[in-house]
Amino acid sequence: MPTIEIDDKVIEVKAGSTIIEAADSMGIPIPRFCYHKKLSVAANCRMCLVQVEKMGKPLPACATPVTDGMKVFTRSQFAVKAQKSVMEFLLINHPLDCPICDQGGECELQDIAVGYGASGSRYTEEKRVVLNKNIGPLISTDMTRCIQCTRCVRFLKEVGGMMELGMVGRGEHAEITAYVDKSVDSELSGNIIDLCPVGALTSKPFRYSARTWELIRRHSIAPHDGLGSPIEMHVKGNTVMRVLPREDEAINECWISDRDRYSYEALNSADRLTTPMIKDNGVWVETDWQSALEFAATRLNDIARNNPQDIGVLVSPNSTMEEAYLAKKLAQGLGCGNVDHRLRQSDFRLDSKHIGTVWMGCNISDVQSMERVLVIGSNLRNEHPLLTHRLRKAVKAGAELSLLNPIDDDPLMPVAHKTICAPDAMVNALAQILKAMSVMPRYAGHLSPAVSNLIDKVKVQSGPQSSAQAIAESLSGSSASVDLVAPRAAVLLGNIAVHHPRYAEIYSLGEAIAELCGASFGVLSEAANSVGADFAQVLPNADAMNARTMLESPRKGYLLVNVEPELDCHNAHLAAKAMAEAECVVALTVFKSEALRDADVLLPIAPFSETSGTFMNMEGRVQTFSAAVKPLGECRPAWKVLRVLGNVLNIPGFDFDSSEQVSREIFGGEDPSQLASNRLNNHLYDSGVRDAARVNDETPNILQRIGEISLYQADALVRRAAPLQKTKYAVPLAAYMHHAQLAQLGFQAGGAVTVSQGNGSVSLMAQIDDHVPIGCIRIAAALKETAALGDMFGPLEIKAVEIKAA
Amino acid sequence: MLSAESIAKIDRELAKYPANQRRSAVMSSLAIVQDEHGWLSKESISDVAAYLGIPDIAVLEVASFYNMYELKPTGKYKLTVCTNISCMLRDAHGIVEHLEHRLGIHCGETTADGKFTLKEGECMGACGSAPLLLVNNKDMREFLTNEKVDEMLEGLK
Repeated sequence: MPTIEIDDKVIEVKAGSTIIEAADSMGIPIPRFCYHKKLSVAANCRMCLVQVEKMGKPLPACATPVTDGMKVFTRSQFAVKAQKSVMEFLLINHPLDCPICDQGGECELQDIAVGYGASGSRYTEEKRVVLNKNIGPLISTDMTRCIQCTRCVRFLKEVGGMMELGMVGRGEHAEITAYVDKSVDSELSGNIIDLCPVGALTSKPFRYSARTWELIRRHSIAPHDGLGSPIEMHVKGNTVMRVLPREDEAINECWISDRDRYSYEALNSADRLTTPMIKDNGVWVETDWQSALEFAATRLNDIARNNPQDIGVLVSPNSTMEEAYLAKKLAQGLGCGNVDHRLRQSDFRLDSKHIGTVWMGCNISDVQSMERVLVIGSNLRNEHPLLTHRLRKAVKAGAELSLLNPIDDDPLMPVAHKTICAPDAMVNALAQILKAMSVMPRYAGHLSPAVSNLIDKVKVQSGPQSSAQAIAESLSGSSASVDLVAPRAAVLLGNIAVHHPRYAEIYSLGEAIAELCGASFGVLSEAANSVGADFAQVLPNADAMNARTMLESPRKGYLLVNVEPELDCHNAHLAAKAMAEAECVVALTVFKSEALRDADVLLPIAPFSETSGTFMNMEGRVQTFSAAVKPLGECRPAWKVLRVLGNVLNIPGFDFDSSEQVSREIFGGEDPSQLASNRLNNHLYDSGVRDAARVNDETPNILQRIGEISLYQADALVRRAAPLQKTKYAVPLAAYMHHAQLAQLGFQAGGAVTVSQGNGSVSLMAQIDDHVPIGCIRIAAALKETAALGDMFGPLEIKAVEIKAA
Repeated sequence: MLSAESIAKIDRELAKYPANQRRSAVMSSLAIVQDEHGWLSKESISDVAAYLGIPDIAVLEVASFYNMYELKPTGKYKLTVCTNISCMLRDAHGIVEHLEHRLGIHCGETTADGKFTLKEGECMGACGSAPLLLVNNKDMREFLTNEKVDEMLEGLK
């Protein structure tokens, strides 16, 4: 390893690293604008010029590799003169109006200008003006302030996966812009605000609402996807003004998705429920906590006294571990075993077959070093915006990504092999992969009799067989030079797989494939605390009802913890019907909601920003956070509400003074991460489901629905984040189908159609989307407009709306 | 839409580079499309991007960087007079003035009849023949004098 000297301090550094990396590791400050440790080196701002011994010119520290014996001076007269000269150039065209700039106080240019700028300008000519661009509802631009560091351009290209910004023109006319009138639509776009060293790109929703020095920074954990990005909530008064990422190399590196960044906008939306409410003869009446809790307890108790199994408890997988655990404990106390958090799951055949808590099967940071990955049933960017970036890194480093999906949306990275088929054909497609793999000489001798029997049944089809063969070869490593001794491969299930009506078969076949080729196997968990709720056993007792059966055979009473039934459950129609028929629905909710119209009592609870709690993310990492602000109005943290409800119901063991006490009880006083690592396990007790899998189903000739949850509809919070709803991701609702399907059905694009599932039907517009396979119609779920429909995946009927002649 | 001829020509350029590096042909593709239409509209730029499989903005970056790509329609004949140092020393400015006088336009403008566009250009690497100009990027006229310019203008109908 080369030894170099920076400012008379000696350090040994990795060969091939640059001067700025060495200096950063020693804590020696070198001013910079364009350099960013996570982006490629551009060396175009020239601010990091340093003096290197025996070199006649100053060198950019970000682009100069170290050599043995190199002597670098960052503060010498020579270096500082160069840095000051660059600073003077950068300030030539930069406006001198920091007091009206939103970046003021947290501006890298401002900070560095204090150290390197002159007190006055020698430039007397006219400054240039660059027109602002409208690049969407999230990012505000002030392009005259831009210093052309190109961090935003490089981020969108390298991390976002799609080059949405570029530098057009040359010299003095160079400017950053999106193509013609396009907007920046990346689901990670907000990060360019953090990257921008000046006030050219700022947050549109946050704009002009606070100054950085007025804000108190409170740590929290993002409450949406299973990644659990550490975030920092910036608070002014008692309001969360904005959310920024905290750095954790193992989770989010230094980025967060737009969903995590902008969902705070919902925290103070007009929809917030701030006082308890009771429905009195069909009219909502505000009340006090005492009456509301007594009302709820009495009603629940009345039902439980008769038959505790008449109660159903549904818990949002975005609730904290403490909330979910107490809901379960409360149900147990009432003698009821019907508790579930897997609201969007519809196939529960694996219940009681899991050895441990289902997780992603490897660590988040391992994803980027995978060499072969098979993702089953996941619209990646939609479900796991930031984790997809890790996959993108892996692919960039040469990994082969294979997809088995019912939708062909572009993950913005090269896909080596893919099988796009109707949801119902996915089990068969997996069996084809398993079969193709089983005949490979390396595996042929290792098949268990059960697997042999299963694959004997698989009829090799002409259709998806070739891609099955290719995926099998890719996973086994025979198509590339990969390390066969320690294979770095993964088979990952996404949300679509989990929501799939044949999830159990998909899971067990996926596991068999992973086992055969030595890949890690797991589920990319859907919500912030899916794994945590699983871990805390917020699951139905043996022989009790799960999230689906609880709705199929309606219960007399429901306890909902942060659930909007028709938006959060797999079958919207069933959920709405069950709520309507119930005698009593007790809803702990953050928001007033149309979906809770059939509730009888609404208890206002605090969202994640106003409560303390714990999330366990998809890799089993236990992350605890405290409240960033005080609860709004009469809201109370849900764990407190459940505790008091427990007390009112006289259930023993509900004397908690803090959420820490609850979590201590969950973990039995042991070290959470230790316990988690013992408990996380994706293996199944027996392979019954796999052995009985229907691997050869004739594809039925009926249309199926692909009811995907779109990025900004996933939970109650994002649904109310106004800026996110204005983005291009808020795709207009329609019945999307392949153009050939449209022609076959005789519809016109844009024509009105009626879609029916079961007893419900809705009128939609037919639209073309060639990413949808033949035989399927893509109709988004988790929307009130489609709440009359049933299963997210399942048969549907569709017909054109007849226009009656006048 | 790219015409069949343009696509044939672009494919010829693409053959010069590895199959997975189609972006290498961006400059020649833009030149081919400009030859066909006389300038590069946003639609043409998007077409080239789509054909090469690279982002629109990446093509616009290239198209806006180089002088010889036109992002606005030009006259039938685009005259680009070099005014860099060698040509300047050989009185390129005189040639520019003469052209401006003859055409009744300034550099960067197009005549009302849409026939001529006059532009100032950068060094074209042929200093030995200074002063010089280019007609439509391809046709170089060297050792210019006012008489030669008049003669040339007569010839460009």
